Amino acid sequence: MIDIRQLTKRFGSFTAVDGVSFGVQRGEVLGFLGPNGAGKSTTMKMVTGFLSPTSGTAVVGGHDVVNEPLKVKEKIGYLPEGAPAYPEMTPEGFLGFVAEARGLRGAAKRKRIGELVGMVHLEGVMRQPIETLSKGYKRRVGLAAALMHDPEVLIMDEPTDGLDPNQKHEVRTLISSMAPSKAIVLSTHILEEVEAVCTRAVIISRGRVVADGTPAELQARSRFHNAVSVRVRIADGAAAAAKAELARLAGVASVEELGTPNGQASFTVFPRDGKAIVGEVSQLVRAKGWEVDELRVETGRLDEVFREITAPAAAASGKGGAA
Amino acid sequence: MKAMLAVFKRELGAYFVTPVAYVFIVIFLLLTGVFTFAEDLGAFYERGQADLRSFFLFHPWLYLFLIPAVSMRLWAEERKQGTLELLLTLPIPMWAAVAGKFLAAWAFAGIALALTFPLWITVNYLGSPDNGVIAAGYIGSFLMAGAYLAVGSCISATTRNQVVAFVVTVVVCFAFLLAGFGPVMGFIGSWAPASVVDAVSSMSFLTRFDSIGKGVVDARDIAFFVSVIALFLFGTAAVVETKKGG
Repeated sequence: MIDIRQLTKRFGSFTAVDGVSFGVQRGEVLGFLGPNGAGKSTTMKMVTGFLSPTSGTAVVGGHDVVNEPLKVKEKIGYLPEGAPAYPEMTPEGFLGFVAEARGLRGAAKRKRIGELVGMVHLEGVMRQPIETLSKGYKRRVGLAAALMHDPEVLIMDEPTDGLDPNQKHEVRTLISSMAPSKAIVLSTHILEEVEAVCTRAVIISRGRVVADGTPAELQARSRFHNAVSVRVRIADGAAAAAKAELARLAGVASVEELGTPNGQASFTVFPRDGKAIVGEVSQLVRAKGWEVDELRVETGRLDEVFREITAPAAAASGKGGAA
Repeated sequence: MKAMLAVFKRELGAYFVTPVAYVFIVIFLLLTGVFTFAEDLGAFYERGQADLRSFFLFHPWLYLFLIPAVSMRLWAEERKQGTLELLLTLPIPMWAAVAGKFLAAWAFAGIALALTFPLWITVNYLGSPDNGVIAAGYIGSFLMAGAYLAVGSCISATTRNQVVAFVVTVVVCFAFLLAGFGPVMGFIGSWAPASVVDAVSSMSFLTRFDSIGKGVVDARDIAFFVSVIALFLFGTAAVVETKKGG
């Protein structure tokens, strides 16, 4: 549905987006990640036809955004960053305007607005000026506007930014429910969101794509992938010995001790080459007769992968405190 | 076309959901009334003529301050609120957005102008004026308002600050007025040949408006205002297009 080809945007001598390419199919929810200023919003603004690319293009639903921007705009539902809306208008008036701009009139318009109001729960605020609404409601108004024409392609710039946990959950549920029939791109820097709703993640840094894969694939790049966290009760002073025992196992690369409060010792055991080591660890624990409070296999930590990819220096220096 | 209508409707509605429309209309009517009837200004009664000359006389100067107040928000507000991105990612062609906004502002100015009708009734009650001349005056005034608005639209597109848009628009419109103002023409005539004076004054809103207001609706005067409007609307579209990023 979306095919981004070598998209580039320069502002003067500054290159905001530098040869970004990726595609999104129907049924995919693509999480578009990157630190602030990495070029996420600029990329989205080009795909939606707001900014013209310096070079490269994006093809949406078979239409080239450079040559046929209006056709592309008809295909896309777009929620810009911060969900801008005319503050003096009521949601009723605003959604009416968006409906008319998208060619809906009369009964069809009223019917569609009615559906959207139910979908994003705007009942009760339809006649209040948008400027008096809470952030959550404003975001819902923006979402309703983006969904007006039931678009095949939905692009959202930080859809859950600034919402409370309940509102975030609501928005994510809505996104997941729409996922099968649409191609969805959402930008975020909240990594839990990627794990929660995305089928794929693209990370960009300084205008370039630096990673592209499923959230699980990205997690597998973490040094925590398949690491084992174990918390055992052992006598004071025995922690060092236990750590040495763990480190001696064949598949183990290193062991980190996370402290020994109240006679409990916590370790994170890192495998060699990302292999599963939980069997070895639990055997050792049983052989030694340690009393286990917790034994858990880590899937990997997206935030750590994210930091490593987008800011290698910072991640390296922060390694010790990664837990 | 449908998209333009949607923009037009929204934009016109926006004037009336805020106090802007009401404040503007009340002040416009008050000032036209004061200027028309005041002994030292329009001297409507003292002149003893059944016409609306004293009413139209001050329109160019009244518009100088009131019209930029209408046009300043056209694009600067969209930029400030971030709604420009929303507007331009809807399937609305650029011309439709520019024209829809402009026509809404023009219609609004037209409504304010139309609400001066009691004056027309008064003058018809008091005497028997030449209603053709009065109609020409209204046409001229409306066209001139359009020209001011088009200039204002273009300047509003360059900034996100409405105050800046207002001040710059006043200055630019002032220049368009002064070009046909007696003392200025005299000054230019003191060092430039008559052809230059004519060329400059032919660019003036004041000259064109006066000529229409005399009751002679000349196609050239109408063409002048229409061209100014078209030119500045093209300018608006170009400015919006190039300044989207900032």
